[in-house]
Amino acid sequence: MSAATLTAPEAGSSTVSEVRNWKTPVMLAVLAVAALLVFAIGAPSNNVTFRLTAESDPIVLPAIVVSAPVTGWICAVVLLAAAAWSFLRVRAGRPVPGWLLAVFAVFFVAGFLTWVVGSARTPNLALYGLLAGSVTLAVPLIFGSLSGVLCERSGVINIAIEGQLLFGAFAAAIAGSLSGSAFVGLLAAVIAGVMVSAVLAVFSIKYIVNQVIVGVVLNVLVSGLTGFLFSTVMSADSATWNSPPRLAPISIPVLSDIPVIGPILFEQSIVGYLMYIAVAVIYVGLYHTKWGLRTRAVGEHPKAADTVGVKVNRTRFTNVLLAGAVAGLGGAFFTLVLVSSFGRDMTAGQGYIALAALIFGRWNPLGAFFAALLFGFATNLQSVLSFLGTPVPNQFLAMLPYVVTIFAVAGLVGKSRAPASNGIPYIKG
Amino acid sequence: MKLELQGITKRFGSLVANDHIDLVVEPGQVHSLLGENGAGKSTLMNVLYGLYEPTEGRILVNGEPVSFNGPGDAMAAGIGMVHQHFMLVPVFTVAENVALGNEATKAGGMLNLNQTRAKIKQISDQYGFDVDPDAVIEDLPVGVQQRVEIIKALVRDAEVLILDEPTAVLTPKETDELLAIIAQLKSDGKSIVFISHKLREVKQVSDIITVIRRGKVVGDADPMASTTELASMMVGRAVSLTLDKAPAQPGEATFRIEDLTVHAPNGQRVVDGLSLEIRRGEILAVAGVQGNGQTELTEAILGLQDHTAGSITLEGQELLGRSVKDIIRAGVGFVPEDRSVEGLVGPFSVAENLILNRYDQPPFAKGLAMKPSLIEQNAQEKIGEFDVRTQSAHAAAGTLSGGNQQKVVMARELSRPLKLFIASQPTRGVDVGSIEFLHKRIVAERDGGTPVMIVSTELDEVLELADRIAVLYRGRLMGIVPGKTSRDALGLMMAGMPAEEALGHEEQLGTDRESGEQ
Amino acid sequence: MSNEQKHERQLSRSAAHGDEVRLEAAAELGDGTQAPPAVPAGAQSGELRPELRESQTVLQKIMTGNALVAVLAVIMSLFLGGLLIAFTDERVANSASYFFARPSDMLGAAWTAASDAYLALFQGSVFNWEGESFSRMVYPLTQTLTVATPLICAGLGVALAFRAGLFNIGAQGQIIIGATLAAWVGFSWHLPVGLHLLLVIIAGIIGGALWAGIVGLLKAKTGAHEVILTIMLNYVALNLVLYLLTTPAFQRPGSSNPISPQLDETARYPLLFGEGFRLHWGFIVAILATVLVWWLLNRSTIGFELRAVGANPTAARTAGISVTKGYVTVMVIAGALAGLAGVAQVAGTEGVLTSGVAASFGFDAITVALLGRSTPWGTFAAGLLFGAFRAGGVTMQTATGTSIDIVLVVQSLIVLFIAAPPLVRSVFRLPEPGALRGRRNRKPATAGGAA
Repeated sequence: MSAATLTAPEAGSSTVSEVRNWKTPVMLAVLAVAALLVFAIGAPSNNVTFRLTAESDPIVLPAIVVSAPVTGWICAVVLLAAAAWSFLRVRAGRPVPGWLLAVFAVFFVAGFLTWVVGSARTPNLALYGLLAGSVTLAVPLIFGSLSGVLCERSGVINIAIEGQLLFGAFAAAIAGSLSGSAFVGLLAAVIAGVMVSAVLAVFSIKYIVNQVIVGVVLNVLVSGLTGFLFSTVMSADSATWNSPPRLAPISIPVLSDIPVIGPILFEQSIVGYLMYIAVAVIYVGLYHTKWGLRTRAVGEHPKAADTVGVKVNRTRFTNVLLAGAVAGLGGAFFTLVLVSSFGRDMTAGQGYIALAALIFGRWNPLGAFFAALLFGFATNLQSVLSFLGTPVPNQFLAMLPYVVTIFAVAGLVGKSRAPASNGIPYIKG
Repeated sequence: MKLELQGITKRFGSLVANDHIDLVVEPGQVHSLLGENGAGKSTLMNVLYGLYEPTEGRILVNGEPVSFNGPGDAMAAGIGMVHQHFMLVPVFTVAENVALGNEATKAGGMLNLNQTRAKIKQISDQYGFDVDPDAVIEDLPVGVQQRVEIIKALVRDAEVLILDEPTAVLTPKETDELLAIIAQLKSDGKSIVFISHKLREVKQVSDIITVIRRGKVVGDADPMASTTELASMMVGRAVSLTLDKAPAQPGEATFRIEDLTVHAPNGQRVVDGLSLEIRRGEILAVAGVQGNGQTELTEAILGLQDHTAGSITLEGQELLGRSVKDIIRAGVGFVPEDRSVEGLVGPFSVAENLILNRYDQPPFAKGLAMKPSLIEQNAQEKIGEFDVRTQSAHAAAGTLSGGNQQKVVMARELSRPLKLFIASQPTRGVDVGSIEFLHKRIVAERDGGTPVMIVSTELDEVLELADRIAVLYRGRLMGIVPGKTSRDALGLMMAGMPAEEALGHEEQLGTDRESGEQ
Repeated sequence: MSNEQKHERQLSRSAAHGDEVRLEAAAELGDGTQAPPAVPAGAQSGELRPELRESQTVLQKIMTGNALVAVLAVIMSLFLGGLLIAFTDERVANSASYFFARPSDMLGAAWTAASDAYLALFQGSVFNWEGESFSRMVYPLTQTLTVATPLICAGLGVALAFRAGLFNIGAQGQIIIGATLAAWVGFSWHLPVGLHLLLVIIAGIIGGALWAGIVGLLKAKTGAHEVILTIMLNYVALNLVLYLLTTPAFQRPGSSNPISPQLDETARYPLLFGEGFRLHWGFIVAILATVLVWWLLNRSTIGFELRAVGANPTAARTAGISVTKGYVTVMVIAGALAGLAGVAQVAGTEGVLTSGVAASFGFDAITVALLGRSTPWGTFAAGLLFGAFRAGGVTMQTATGTSIDIVLVVQSLIVLFIAAPPLVRSVFRLPEPGALRGRRNRKPATAGGAA
């Protein structure tokens, strides 16, 4: 019997199929119609100014001035065309390409910005400030979602990001105030994050308690603990306990003068630079090192890793602790960079947004980074817009990041794949 | 390398999985472990591989006692294992899987996959494997995945290779290839421990056979011993390997599939233009190697697949496009292939599982309210009728043994009037005693005039039960042949040869080759 | 939709196959073959082999039982909370400076600080022995029941969703939307006694059910994860009510604060014991809701479906139970229960709608459900306990100056400890339960699900 006599129908390899996923086109169509109604038909009649640089910057670029109705209609038409095309693609049994989604996002944001700024009392937006502020707000989110990447890639769900951030912020404030050194504060934040992680690890790995439960309860615990100490110790004598030194931005000469991206990349606090480093290190580590290979294996198929001598639970333990350290840094950002004191529940749910960024970013450090930037952008937009005096009620602007998240997880993430053993404890026979 | 197990005992609570087992594996030998499902073979091998700690007893390598704290120690001692369910990370490449746990690194812990690739290539060339180091595991056929497992062991310089039920997922052709590889490994001086419950293969490959029953070594057997002899050693009593079954009295064809196509969510066509019909009072067995569309076929009939085209009719009624509940109510009984995942809700009681798909039907429910006393009564009846060994009707179904779990599923499905009965892998992981019982019930259902479809990857079971056999290969029907078709012809069809060709081929060869078992 | 189901199936499959190596033994033991349910340990894992139970002595049963673990977990948590109180107490800090000279001073101060706080807590939640009349003495207990009412309702909603394998973190938002709708019917419609309250309750139920139904629907249709969805909808709900309270339809005429008009008297729950007590009929509704949920879970086909979906979605689907429909159903019911909590707030305790109407009941409800092991009566009892903490915490804060935040700490510690019985046993050096049972307990009874 030779292989040549066998008929081998290659049916299995034909992937063009009747399997159609209408989720994305439907979502795009809804957004495109909304864009048509609001950005185009509802466009204000005036011009909109976007400033790329401040007057005082070393290099001054001219401002961009566009007509709101023209831009609105252009965006609406492009969005409708993109939605229609995605319908045709799906009907032909082809997937909607990623670049189409990117184009859609860019035009939607452009249309939205033009409309909302145009309708404001002062139709003039400092784009450079919006972007730089977005990055600033995204820093703790990025640390938080990196913490999630480290945990969940090794198979432990991390709902406790919120608690890690909050405890990090708290510890940084106290240690910074007592020592007078921001670096001691930074170190304390790392330790605090690790402490929260240690509880998560012990309960979810050693005692096999459901990981979501531990995470949720840890967040309550940290909130209660920091709240208690805040009201008993910190408030009583805030000069001693709650006035940490600030980590000022360090600008790198020349590079920080580059318009728009200069301030974003080269005028950050230490924590900001550490954030870029963390993204790079975790990305390279995860995909190109022995540690990363083992981490991913443990998160995907722990038994397989065990049978080749990888200590599954030890690997998970280490990763969860590392994750705590990373999130702790993010927490320090609140009290050492953003504002110079700790406030009750000051992380205000950022940990949950970081969780969403992690999922939106498909458990990939780079993806999580960009998703967190998006959420930072949405949050910053809200404060910038309320400053400009837009007609949209402030409460709706405040909902923006959350609504974006819902659209993101409901409309686009379906295709992503969590680590196969995420959330499943490993119990050896 | 000489490997000895002395007095190995492994207890789980009150259960003794291994009871003072002694075993000596000589270098360059193929040593088979033969035993039923649940006899304790895999437990023993997991002890040997460092996954379980033995309760008593010791392991000796070349006469020196060793103790394994984990698979790492076992590997260091030169023991490699190919698990029944491959221990490969599906989203990793071959090289990543081979490297895992044994990584070659450059400075700073950076992976050096090139070194691993080179090793894979070397072993691949030596044994004629043809494995691409950069292929992703989940895209590879199972036969190739198994070779990756063997490479994993060889890269780590394994001297003893444990193969746990290695042929369960292979086509007959792939099985032949594996046996050739084993021969080559043996000639290189490696020892092989071959674990199986398939008598023919064990006889074919072994130098020596050790039979295990209920956790104890029953004795050694000669590979030349007859199958009946081996079977009775394995089961502990004389067994009839053939089922008493009257010839089928087929009636009209009430179940028809026409041009059925099923797509997986990823767009792959997993069932491709399949047509068949089953008559009342006949058993049609669907044979094929695992993963050739059988699962999707049965799920499509039950309404569990979403992307389907074609037509499935039962007594003239179209089933395709209807809900699972509708189809169950139309009289389709279904025993799924993986009872613990699809057939039973583990934490639910036996009583609840016995009404899992009739919980909202009279007499068990009226409106929204369920009737606990009637549910209990039903459970008592079925437990008696199907001889389900359980502490009580309230015990969680997950606490029963595999055979008893299967009886619960079977009892549930067979205790209502059916117009079609489908059983996937009806006896997988079930002890011989239960197998006989379950087979009899299936034949009884047929004799009651129900069209029956059996899906099995075990050729023995197919040959035993089938009145007609349909062979699937890559989602396509290779043909429907009579129940008495020879193993060789079926093997060719399972490897993708259409029926006419395979039967013709068979006739040519049949004269000068012994035809399998008979 | 099918993607999601596939995903779930793969999940449960991989979970089942993870145990494959010990299959031979495990099948006989019966622990390892089914996918771990995404349900907190509870009734589902409570079914043990009867002969095992009988073979244990009474003492063994007490020593290894869940009830003892629960009691010890509460003691441990109170102890740790006491340490925290003591460490932050000024007198303790003062006496610590000369600890080595006279250690008894500091230990005494620590004991006083913690015991005073806890006595005040008890006095504020159960029985006030310093009250001038009997009704004043039992007043704290009625306060506990009043606070427990929304906790029980919302906790039942969370527990129900847990049983179907869903993590409903969104009770907060569901309470807010339920309360908003109920309040609106309560102050803008003017209807006769009886009918008005009935419509208020129905409006609250609809509000909560709608808000949670969105989650069920999105999960069923798109496979989006309910933890993320519910958390995001909490924020959306909060901002929505903040916005509504600036609109003429909701804002109190003449006020610039975000507060609604008072609900009509006809829209309020009548008080149970007259004017002297704040306890209202909402508590009776909470009891009825508990009975209803018990019946629903254990005696109805809906409960059968959703327990099956929670314990093994793949098997449920194969048995003809629609998993997606189950998700929508359970979320709608869970939301309705949270809506009842909102009604208890606006039509009972508060009488008006503010953005703080839900307080932190929605989040506390999660811990309540966890502590109650997702059983209806367990949740009821846990709701009473946490209600006592809340009510007593207020008294404690005013009487001893101990921040009410300590209650959050103690509550979360209790839930953590109860979820990890081996930890509690090892702290108190209790015997491990019998060998077989020990293995069962190491099972991830509270595992899985939210991957």
